[in-house]
Amino acid sequence: MTTLGAVAFQHRHAAHCESGVAANIFSHYGVPLTEAMAFGLSSALSFAYLPFIKLTGFPLISYRMPPKFILKGLASALRGKFRFETFRTPQAGMTRLDELLTQGKVVGLQTSVFWLPYFPEEMRFHFNAHNLLVYGKEGDDYLISDPVAEEPQRCASADLQRARFAKGVLAPKGLLYYPVGMGSGEISPQTVRQALRKTIRIMLGPIPIVGVRGMRMLARKVAALKANDPYSLNFVGHIVRMQEEIGTGGGGFRFLYAAFLQEAAALPGLDFLAGFAERFLSVGDEWRAFALATARMVRGRDAMEPALLARHLSALADQEETLYRDLKKALA
Amino acid sequence: MEVNEVPQEGNRTLGHHRKALYARDSDGRMVIVPSRGSEVDETVTLQAVERMNACAEEARARVAAGLSAPLEYWMWARRMDVALLAQVTGLWQWRIRRHFRPTTFARLSPRLLQRYAEALGLGVDELRRLP
Repeated sequence: MTTLGAVAFQHRHAAHCESGVAANIFSHYGVPLTEAMAFGLSSALSFAYLPFIKLTGFPLISYRMPPKFILKGLASALRGKFRFETFRTPQAGMTRLDELLTQGKVVGLQTSVFWLPYFPEEMRFHFNAHNLLVYGKEGDDYLISDPVAEEPQRCASADLQRARFAKGVLAPKGLLYYPVGMGSGEISPQTVRQALRKTIRIMLGPIPIVGVRGMRMLARKVAALKANDPYSLNFVGHIVRMQEEIGTGGGGFRFLYAAFLQEAAALPGLDFLAGFAERFLSVGDEWRAFALATARMVRGRDAMEPALLARHLSALADQEETLYRDLKKALA
Repeated sequence: MEVNEVPQEGNRTLGHHRKALYARDSDGRMVIVPSRGSEVDETVTLQAVERMNACAEEARARVAAGLSAPLEYWMWARRMDVALLAQVTGLWQWRIRRHFRPTTFARLSPRLLQRYAEALGLGVDELRRLP
């Protein structure tokens, strides 16, 4: 049995795939970093309602920035650099992966969730923006550190190839990445301030489908749903699925951001962030309450009431807007 | 969310996996807590799974009645819809819909069948019949 790579690698469980991958890969290459820091420094928190991108017939609702945003954002915040490679043929992509593993590198991949056999059957949907790390190969099995799994996993090469070259929305095209420069790894209060400002700019920005305005637009869409149409239940269920299941979503991301603020509050001159961490925590709880109210309607425990859910969403938009405005003032 | 509020209801769609959630511990610090999942997640995931399964079963009935081709069944069974299958195969949606006609499906060229089989992760023989 041939073994490639087989470097000592520390797997850590994470709430979200890309921030987990980013934190683990930086830590592996000598810049210790938590997932929360990776998420916060790359300004990954967001909200976007994208009606023109359909996932099995429903609009894409994202609670974070698009794929690669965290890796690129983090690299620029820490003055490191990643190399991203995509491939025209699966063979070229697999050969290149083996080559990098032979050099002892830990390599990040973008994959589909559907073709990864270690995922639970009912979680396997055609969602192409999943991230994981490969740290070695034993025989035909790749050794995988998937940050959303508690333990390291294994995946046969044929399956991994399928997952890397899945087609459709956000097709990964075999994308692999590895750091070519790590930067100093020093996190300065200035870096944190910049990252916070960027998040505020995104959330309070003028584009009607992004940030707080995106939440309001979604609230209007929900308000327009018909209570007795089966499509309505599927639509609101989809919102919650995007929120809670696909990459831990809305509530989860607010908690993750709270963890980031708490960690950043330890830096000189940033102690006021501790209070904001608490407020993000309560916004996260509100998102969870929204998810619970929706799930009760989906289960038929409560009557479907689009207006109620829409009010819940606009209340969340109001709450988040005040939060970002206050944070902006505190930073000024 | 406090550490003791992290859902441990056991979401069966997670299998034996646990997912990481951030919550506040008794010292007020945010920590990572493995969660067995909640009923909320389970509800919405099963809703999506069941919607796909229902489509697959309807397609199966239509195929058995000679109104559609096994291709349609397999599309739903692989949790795809026509739009996604079109992206994966690189065929037009209207062409795929046409291939759902049993008579048209029966005349498909081996190359096209191979293309569908690959997209769906099947052998060509499997694609030609219901499981």
